[in-house]
Amino acid sequence: MTAGTKRRIAPSAAIWLLLGAAYFLIPLIATLLFSLRGELTGKCCTLDSYGTILEDPQFVKALRQSFVLSLETIALTLVILVPTVYWVHLKLPRLRPVISFLALIPFVVPPIVLVVGLLDVLRPTPDWFYAKPYGFLVAAYVILAFPYVYFSLDAGFRAIDVHTLTEASQSLGATWRTTLFRVILPNIRAAALAGSFLTLAIVMGEFTIASLAAFDTFPVYIQYINQTKAYPAAAVSLMSFGITWAAMLALLFVGRGRTARTAQIAGTR
Amino acid sequence: MPLAWLGVLPFFLYAVLFLFLPAGQVLVGAFRDTGGGFTFANIGGIFDEPYVSAFKNSIEVSFVTALVGGALGFLIAYAAIRDGTPRILRTVLTTFSGVAANFAGIPLAFAFIATLGTIGIVTQLLFDLGLNPYDHGFTLFSKTGIEIVYLYFQIPLMILVIAPAIDGLRREWREAAANLGATPMQFWRHVGLPILMPSLLGAVVLLFGNSFAAYATAYGLTGGSISLVPITIGYFYTGDVLSNPHLAEALALGMFVVLALMMAIYIPLQRISSRWVR
Repeated sequence: MTAGTKRRIAPSAAIWLLLGAAYFLIPLIATLLFSLRGELTGKCCTLDSYGTILEDPQFVKALRQSFVLSLETIALTLVILVPTVYWVHLKLPRLRPVISFLALIPFVVPPIVLVVGLLDVLRPTPDWFYAKPYGFLVAAYVILAFPYVYFSLDAGFRAIDVHTLTEASQSLGATWRTTLFRVILPNIRAAALAGSFLTLAIVMGEFTIASLAAFDTFPVYIQYINQTKAYPAAAVSLMSFGITWAAMLALLFVGRGRTARTAQIAGTR
Repeated sequence: MPLAWLGVLPFFLYAVLFLFLPAGQVLVGAFRDTGGGFTFANIGGIFDEPYVSAFKNSIEVSFVTALVGGALGFLIAYAAIRDGTPRILRTVLTTFSGVAANFAGIPLAFAFIATLGTIGIVTQLLFDLGLNPYDHGFTLFSKTGIEIVYLYFQIPLMILVIAPAIDGLRREWREAAANLGATPMQFWRHVGLPILMPSLLGAVVLLFGNSFAAYATAYGLTGGSISLVPITIGYFYTGDVLSNPHLAEALALGMFVVLALMMAIYIPLQRISSRWVR
């Protein structure tokens, strides 16, 4: 083929893309059709299932619970990681490979292993921490979010000149606090936001740890509905998919392709 | 200089407290008996039934979905990236893969129940055509079913991981091969695949780990009736099993060992393949 000439899509490429599209769209369409069936009649089309879910006080409670947990996890992760990554880029570049290596450990210690260890190690901690989702769960979720937020922030910091920015800011008399909040943060905002949306997607979908530690989060609620009401389960599953879509689109929008590709592989399976 | 290290102390403290201590606890707990004494009995226990089957099932499911997901993901990614395919399709595919790779767990399990479950839309459709898969030994709530569902996050993950490597295959190489008289088949056999091999292997290893660690999807699908290692561990905490929690820790240690092996293969492969990625 000569460069520059327009070519049509290869037939085999078209077939593979169509097959892929079918495999990925059919379950979503099936879920949509399921969610539109009448709860008693099993016939299309009614929005009753959505009504059942939206009117369920448990739904609102679980959704709010997971959302608040997401915000807490995002806040705590950023508070710990932003200064750390900044400091490492500025003063301790030798530590970068160490932290990058640490960021791979959560892949070797998956949620099912982590929760077993946490339930054991943290048992002696007071009830206000151990028995509360904003204590126990957030502590675990920060670990789940750590690799994704770290890689995102690391890419963000690599794209700016930390030394020059810091020196310029300090030679103008700024304190460390001013430098961090008024100079560094605005420059890595996109990376921090990208990490935050990933964390949102992770926490809103995390089932393993919440279920084993017996907390009522949104995914635990979805599982409960799955076992009890078939058609509303389709409705709530689609809502969950919508939340993932929103978080990932927001991520793409703030990242505009600049965030590390590995950072897109979040998710709790 | 020592003062500079204080800056990273909060991070390391957190990592020790909530990652290393629990991971260490699993390692140590796996060698404890219920009285707190040292024992190898738990480790020995995971080589007995039903636990050894759980490991076999988990490894089989992970192996199958890594290979099939890897192959399909590569073919789809290549179809979207190769010359002639409109660029917009590639953008749509990577965006969608980003979402699909994250759409897992309980809602994914249900999406497939609505599709291929006993009263699923596709099952009904096939039933109307006289081809009810449930009459032919198929059931979604089996190992095969789990594999079909896992592919839903394995294929997009493969697409995301392998796309940059495919981008690294320069058009000039293909043109040079063609000018020298190579057929497309010869190009792939002698140039394309050897260059992509470390990336492909690395991606498949990553997919293996991804599937091996999965809990929520299998739980949502089968409610735990298919024995996989994560499901078996979960039983110790959610079920009525009142037995030795140190056995769960031994199982978790087994998972840790398999995943650590996976990482030990993945990291060097990743290093080799990054040479070719622009």
